[in-house]
Amino acid sequence: MKSRISPAVLRGSALALAAALTLSACGGGGGNDAGGAAPEEVSADDVQAALETGGDLTVWAWEPTLEKVVEDFEAEYPNVNIDLVNAGTGNDQYTALQNAIAAGSGVPDVAQVEYYALPQFALAESVKDLTGYGAGDLQDTFSPGPWSSVQANEGIYGLPMDSGPMALFYNTDVFEKYGVEVPTTWEEYVEAARTLHEADPNVYIANDTGDAGFATSLIWQAGGQPYQVDGTDVTVNFSDEGSTKFAETWQQLLDEDLLAPISSWSDEWYQGLGNGTIATLSTGAWMPGNFTSGIPQAAGQWRAAPLPQWEEGQTASAENGGSSLTIPAASEQGALAYAFLDYANVGDGVQTRIDGGAFPATSAQLQSEEFLNTEFEYFGGQKANEIFAESAQNVPEGWSYLPFQVYANSIFNDTAGQAYVSDTPLSEGLKNWQDASVKYGNEQGFTV
Amino acid sequence: MTTASPPPAALGTQPKPAKRAQKRGQKSSWSGWLFIGPFMAVFALVFLAPIAYSIYLSFFRNQLVGGNGFVGLANYAQVLQDSQFWSSLIRVVLFLAVQVPVMLLIAMLVALALDSGRLYGKSFFRISIFLPYAVPAVVASLMWGFMYGTRFGLVGNINEALGTNIPNPLNPDLILASIGNIVTWEFIGYNMLIFYSALSVIPKSLYEAAEIDGASQFRLVTAIKLPAIRGAMVVAAIFSVIGSFQLFNEPAILQSLAPNSISTYFTPNLYAYSLSFSGQQYNYSATVAIVMGIITMVIAYAVQLRGMRKEG
Repeated sequence: MKSRISPAVLRGSALALAAALTLSACGGGGGNDAGGAAPEEVSADDVQAALETGGDLTVWAWEPTLEKVVEDFEAEYPNVNIDLVNAGTGNDQYTALQNAIAAGSGVPDVAQVEYYALPQFALAESVKDLTGYGAGDLQDTFSPGPWSSVQANEGIYGLPMDSGPMALFYNTDVFEKYGVEVPTTWEEYVEAARTLHEADPNVYIANDTGDAGFATSLIWQAGGQPYQVDGTDVTVNFSDEGSTKFAETWQQLLDEDLLAPISSWSDEWYQGLGNGTIATLSTGAWMPGNFTSGIPQAAGQWRAAPLPQWEEGQTASAENGGSSLTIPAASEQGALAYAFLDYANVGDGVQTRIDGGAFPATSAQLQSEEFLNTEFEYFGGQKANEIFAESAQNVPEGWSYLPFQVYANSIFNDTAGQAYVSDTPLSEGLKNWQDASVKYGNEQGFTV
Repeated sequence: MTTASPPPAALGTQPKPAKRAQKRGQKSSWSGWLFIGPFMAVFALVFLAPIAYSIYLSFFRNQLVGGNGFVGLANYAQVLQDSQFWSSLIRVVLFLAVQVPVMLLIAMLVALALDSGRLYGKSFFRISIFLPYAVPAVVASLMWGFMYGTRFGLVGNINEALGTNIPNPLNPDLILASIGNIVTWEFIGYNMLIFYSALSVIPKSLYEAAEIDGASQFRLVTAIKLPAIRGAMVVAAIFSVIGSFQLFNEPAILQSLAPNSISTYFTPNLYAYSLSFSGQQYNYSATVAIVMGIITMVIAYAVQLRGMRKEG
């Protein structure tokens, strides 16, 4: 499967672990000694000079399409030698990276970091602020969602590599069979859920066992801003309008048992998507690759549609997943590393990665005819990129993740998840999640 | 394998120290170190150092904001007041109190049945009961996780075929029992083997004497077999206590299937893992691990004392 999906990544790594005994061997977190006052100033000439001089770069990333990018880059700049290391996916890599930063040695020059985890590194100043490298001029290069995701503390801490504008994937056979219209609002979605489940008790509109990434994305779409971050002053508030909208709508689905109690990426989930018992899936635009590889038996049945709206006539969307490339503060090859970032995420590397199946974060590619006209055989020849690109343009601004989102997401099921299996209302579950996040934040020295 | 070589070497050196012991006591003690040196070096590196490092870590607190600082015993004070830690401990104690006796009882019955010599295909039974132990715990948990599925799993199939309504084994009320079932399935064979090997070294003369006295099969079991394998039972009980306190694989694997039933603090080990790997609270996590280690040691020691006293 495509590798930049946070929930999948977390679950995958949970499988790979079984290493409780190594606990004590992983000492030290991110040191806070980099006194990052003013961002470094590195001009385009410096970057160009670094490219000509050449050198060795170590890149930590798990994104598979980068391999070809590295090859092309080395061919174009023969003096540069890149060592592409897969130091683990998601959380595994962050742990390794944090340890390397704390130890002060073995830190890579470039590291892949998912959007939701970036604030954590930005806050500790363990990745460089790229404003002085010229990243400040790239505002129009990227679509708004990913661009806002790489900003924190008034700095730009990475260049967006890919993105996950959300869309509604639905099984058109199921909808036709029961004569249900594809929902355009969440209200219609609940209605469709009822009709489908009534017609066949085995059919559910979707699966959901409580997924932090999904819940926060829908709150994002509803215009909610539960997280406000200003340096180390953090506010967590799940009682704003957007969060309430989500909680109220989802509560109906939960109360009437309209969601299949199946976790995403599980065996049952793949089966359900394949045999028509899970009728829709709202997720990021990186999903098509997973459909093709994971659920080949349902080829031709699925289509993409814009995400249902909270208010009729709106076109709001949200991001789900996606990652950036960053330069750790300890790297001594800032200029050269930035040259690689620029090549991979702004320059020729973008097209290389699209050809490899990635979903870009750059406006130019998102608007190019070739990209938009790509026909997806799996979706019955649908030009699904048109929908995804549209979605990418409609992500509400102003969203931010917590500087400790990795941990917060990991305790979602302890708190909010209880609403999925007991009488606890979802709004109260979200409140518990908020309290637990606040508690952790204060323990970690934030003012929450 | 390695046990075969040390004795001759030790024998060879013995005469020397014996002679020179009074004169050059120091030197002879060094030659002893020479032999255990390699072992001690590895032992210190892989065994003592991590423990020492954990203890060292537990006296500090590293925050995302504010950096690292010495906090003395504050982490320990926090563990003792941590309701999540205690709830996880109570959960494994409950697990221990129910699952271990059930498992040991079944293992005992199986071992006695095998030992009675009245079964056809004894070795087949022995192997097939032992087989689950050879399945890695991760694989076993995944396998049972699929079977527990109410939609496409075995439970779902049974419900569909028989029209029954078995509740979801992965819901919060039943999850502990479901995990107990997996662990029992895994470890019956292992405990059976401990009991069976203890049973098979009981001298046949005892049985013959009992037969002459006209003892029934039941008397044989209660008067000869059970007392004779008490030592093995204590060993099996201690292993099981430690195993229960270290419960990790099964809940960690099932967590992805039932995230709302298995919290991040479901067992103390899982709690320490989540603290460390998702929360980056290495120091607090080390403290939890140490406290848990001490509790496990105390309880295992208590079980041992009690078991041995009965024997004496």
